[in-house]
Amino acid sequence: MGPGFRRDDGGGPGSRPALDEPRRTAYLPPVPPRVRPVPPDDSPALPDHFIRWFAARGWTPRAHQLALLDKARAQRSALLIAPTGAGKTLAGFLPTLVELGEKTTARSVARPAGLHTLYISPLKALAVDIARNLDAPISEMELPIKVETRTGDTPASRKQRQRRYPPDVLLTTPEQLALLLSSADAPFLFSSLKRVVLDELHALVTSKRGDLLSLALARLWRLAPDMRMIGLSATVAEPEQLARFLMPQPQGAVAAADIVVAGGAAQPVVEMLDTRERLPWAGHTARHALGEMYDLIKANKTTLVFVNTRSQAEMLFQDFWRINDDNLAIALHHGSLDVAQRRKVEDAMAAGRLRGVVCTSSLDLGVDWGDVDLVINVGAPKGCSRLMQRIGRANHRLDEASRAVLVPANRFEVLECSVAIDAIADNAQDTPPLRTGALDVLAQHVLGCACGEPFVSDELYAEVITAAPYAQLSRADFDDVVDFVASGGYALKTYERFARIKQDAKGAWRVANPKVRQTYRLNVGTIVEEAMLKVRLVRSRGGGKGTTGAIARGGRLLGEIEEYFIEGLTPGDTFVFGGEIVRYETLAEDQVYVSRANDADPKVPSYMGGKFPLSTYLAERVRGLLDDHRAWRQLPEQVRDWLALQKDVSRIPARRELLVETFPRSSKYYLVCYPFEGRLAHQTLGMLLTRRLERARARPLGFVANEYALAVWGLGDMSHMVSQGRLDLAGLFDPDMLGDDLEAWLAESALMKRTFRSCAIISGLIPRRFTGEEKSRRQVLFSTDLVYDVLRRHQPDHMLLRAARADAATGLLDLRRLGDMLTRIEGRITHRPLDRVSPLAVPVMLEIGRESVYGEAADELLAEAAEELVKEAMG
Amino acid sequence: MRGTTFSSSGTMEIAGITLRADLSGALFWDEQRLLVVSDLHLEKGSSYAAHGTLLPPFDTVATLRRLSAVIAQYDPRTVIALGDSFHDRDAHARLTGDDRATIANLQVGRDWIWITGNHDPAPHGIGGDVADEITIRAVTFRHEPTGARGEIAGHLHPKARVATRARTLERRCFVSDGERAVMPAFGAYAGGLSVRDAAFAKLFPKRAFIAHVLGDTRLHSIAAARCY
Repeated sequence: MGPGFRRDDGGGPGSRPALDEPRRTAYLPPVPPRVRPVPPDDSPALPDHFIRWFAARGWTPRAHQLALLDKARAQRSALLIAPTGAGKTLAGFLPTLVELGEKTTARSVARPAGLHTLYISPLKALAVDIARNLDAPISEMELPIKVETRTGDTPASRKQRQRRYPPDVLLTTPEQLALLLSSADAPFLFSSLKRVVLDELHALVTSKRGDLLSLALARLWRLAPDMRMIGLSATVAEPEQLARFLMPQPQGAVAAADIVVAGGAAQPVVEMLDTRERLPWAGHTARHALGEMYDLIKANKTTLVFVNTRSQAEMLFQDFWRINDDNLAIALHHGSLDVAQRRKVEDAMAAGRLRGVVCTSSLDLGVDWGDVDLVINVGAPKGCSRLMQRIGRANHRLDEASRAVLVPANRFEVLECSVAIDAIADNAQDTPPLRTGALDVLAQHVLGCACGEPFVSDELYAEVITAAPYAQLSRADFDDVVDFVASGGYALKTYERFARIKQDAKGAWRVANPKVRQTYRLNVGTIVEEAMLKVRLVRSRGGGKGTTGAIARGGRLLGEIEEYFIEGLTPGDTFVFGGEIVRYETLAEDQVYVSRANDADPKVPSYMGGKFPLSTYLAERVRGLLDDHRAWRQLPEQVRDWLALQKDVSRIPARRELLVETFPRSSKYYLVCYPFEGRLAHQTLGMLLTRRLERARARPLGFVANEYALAVWGLGDMSHMVSQGRLDLAGLFDPDMLGDDLEAWLAESALMKRTFRSCAIISGLIPRRFTGEEKSRRQVLFSTDLVYDVLRRHQPDHMLLRAARADAATGLLDLRRLGDMLTRIEGRITHRPLDRVSPLAVPVMLEIGRESVYGEAADELLAEAAEELVKEAMG
Repeated sequence: MRGTTFSSSGTMEIAGITLRADLSGALFWDEQRLLVVSDLHLEKGSSYAAHGTLLPPFDTVATLRRLSAVIAQYDPRTVIALGDSFHDRDAHARLTGDDRATIANLQVGRDWIWITGNHDPAPHGIGGDVADEITIRAVTFRHEPTGARGEIAGHLHPKARVATRARTLERRCFVSDGERAVMPAFGAYAGGLSVRDAAFAKLFPKRAFIAHVLGDTRLHSIAAARCY
């Protein structure tokens, strides 16, 4: 058994799996009983020319590569769990190469033409790279195998040819597969299919793209019953669940593919940067450790520096170059950079020309390139599986240990890094559980099916529930979706004549007109781009904050930025964009005007603090670490002192309790609590708490949240109110806030409206493109916010609102997690009235003024703006 | 406690005449008992549906419900619908029987004038009178603004974006400089155009106008320079 799969159950210092906790997290020991690494001495016959090819390169086939070959020969579908660098991709393709190679060398039977293997990857760049990598074995062994890619960039003429004369192996993406399946020749194209290889499956299944893919697989299982699956994945918390994705689910039972685990990975060496500098209280830049990180880059060959957000990447990159006296080749890589620029960085990396790359999750996945010998992770790791995958990027050879240094950017992040290191030592995993398939994605799929060939509801339902994420789908929900696709699914039945699909005499649903098909093709996919605005650099008019004088239009185009980010800003705010600090001047149509700012620090530090919240599992371990005072020994002295002081003046929250502190500060009163449930759940909690505090007449003014804590402030003395019995904390945090209060808030929540917009687009209610050309949201003549308001009032149980609510439970509002937390802390609230801010509260208090403040009534805010007019009028 | 939705209004002077700007987006002239609403865009949902985008078909009901409420509150002698009352030329034909009855009921006992708009240039036979524009004393009501003194128009769907201490808010608004005004759209699905758009600069020299912004419970008069 490889050391990478051994679990340290001995419980060394700091390793305290939460045994007494309910299993709400996705945490499982990494080696469930049925999953066994393949013993390396088990070597089934590989054809001679393959053995020679391996030998010529100085390679030996790995045990898991041979195991997959065995599975394929036995007509079994399999899930390969392997760390980065284990030769996963070759393992996935080996059965296909052998099968197609064998038949031709035997020259006995002419191989039937047609598509044999389909490879699906989440990234089109990956598909292109794989095609290149397959070229070596195919050309060197002279295998008569034709491999082609099909992505959004493939020319139409080649796509056309691929339909008529398919290659043996087609490398593509989930969206392209959906498109192929929606054509009338899909049965012809896929009837010969023998194998589907799904790459980076752990990443695919966590999103709606995974739902879309699962529905496509359900269709393929029907078109090609002989087809077998190979899934390639990093280590996950529940491999059994993932293995179900690869098999058609029988009714009322579960089926899972065989699991093959690659052994042999060396345990990574992960440490926390022991900084000589003062640890910041708040912020996410880790600028204090800039020099130390630079020294690490200097001391290693190639270092990947992972950060959590694009703006952090921009800032850190800029900072490195400010101190780059040695002129080290340090590059930048993130998702909003131009594709050509990203490829340039990747190529330079592959060629070994770079010493350091500052990057975001844009490099979490993808091909292995370059001799990366160190990974630096800046800021909060957020989840241990995610951190492990990042660290794996420094693992170009399986038997060598990856090396990683974690650089916490503030004191709370020290706690998080510390427990993440323990979790990795324990081989714990915290990937999310398998999704329940979304209804908006199903709607898209149903329309796609009708575009291909007419369908009968009974048959399509039976097919859809073979997809693992939809195995539990009720017939009623399915029928609602079909009704939605046909005529909108509205209680007011006025759209029958505008129906997109119609039932023929035999009851089969078919597309009403060719335009429906065209619209479907233009809108396929589940990735909803945020509405983007163009950013232009102009000269500052130098006016005071909050006024807009005439501004010179035009200006140099700096790039594009998410509209929701700009909506959170007020003119005069500064932020980082395109590597420089700019001041937000004004917004006109789809253009954002900014000027160059001379500030050393941007006022708005991040794009919403990054996409992922702290994982439930790590949060639990952070609470455990806080509660275990002896374990503080492993923490840096500055952090120990901070916690000791907190213990003196207030209290260290026990593992299962919620600590609530109240205190006055410069004529306002604050309530700070520490749920450790991530920023998203805290923001939702903040919204709901302010509503309740308003009713309790505590006159709340606003709140701010970070990953660990929430601070609410107002004009009412909450310490006094609690002591007088006028404010009941148990009542304030009662889980029933997820009832009426939540409903009332959802009516106006901007996050809920964003969620709805995304469901409306994915489901096909609202086209993202009108007849081929993409239009900016400003040119679209209706607002999805208005549609949301009207639908919510007139048909609150409409399928799309149900889909949006299901998203809200786990997405931007993180309701499920908030609900779990409220239940956990029932009867376990500890209140500490203080005369001033506590040490533990300082970090979240420092966020005030840096992050958007929520919770204040719109009328109060508008009245202040109106007041200025009155002042002006009164002279 | 907060008042009912339509109880709040502000006042606006146009060419020496005082008008009430209602929180619903309607305008009321007390002396004439005249109520003006603009850009109802009835049947916008079904208009999109006919072209394949199946927006929820409840927009007409929603708009008429709000219109009924504001008419019940002011009990006007005359109602002017300031153009683009119907989203397209054929929209009136798609009204449900119930909606048709609602409109007929609202028209009982009062004058009703449909001003023509670019979306609904022709008469549509839903009761009331049809006119391109109408002048009462010093005030002219027409759909598309020309910038003339004493003009009250619609068409542009003004909205104001206001940067506040905590966050940016975006709401529908009346736009006026004391001599002329542009009304907010009343329709449930009617989007908005920022008052900083060049279209408003043409009407209001030097952008010397005030945005009367529709808040949640009251109207807020905010200087143009404060909006963006």
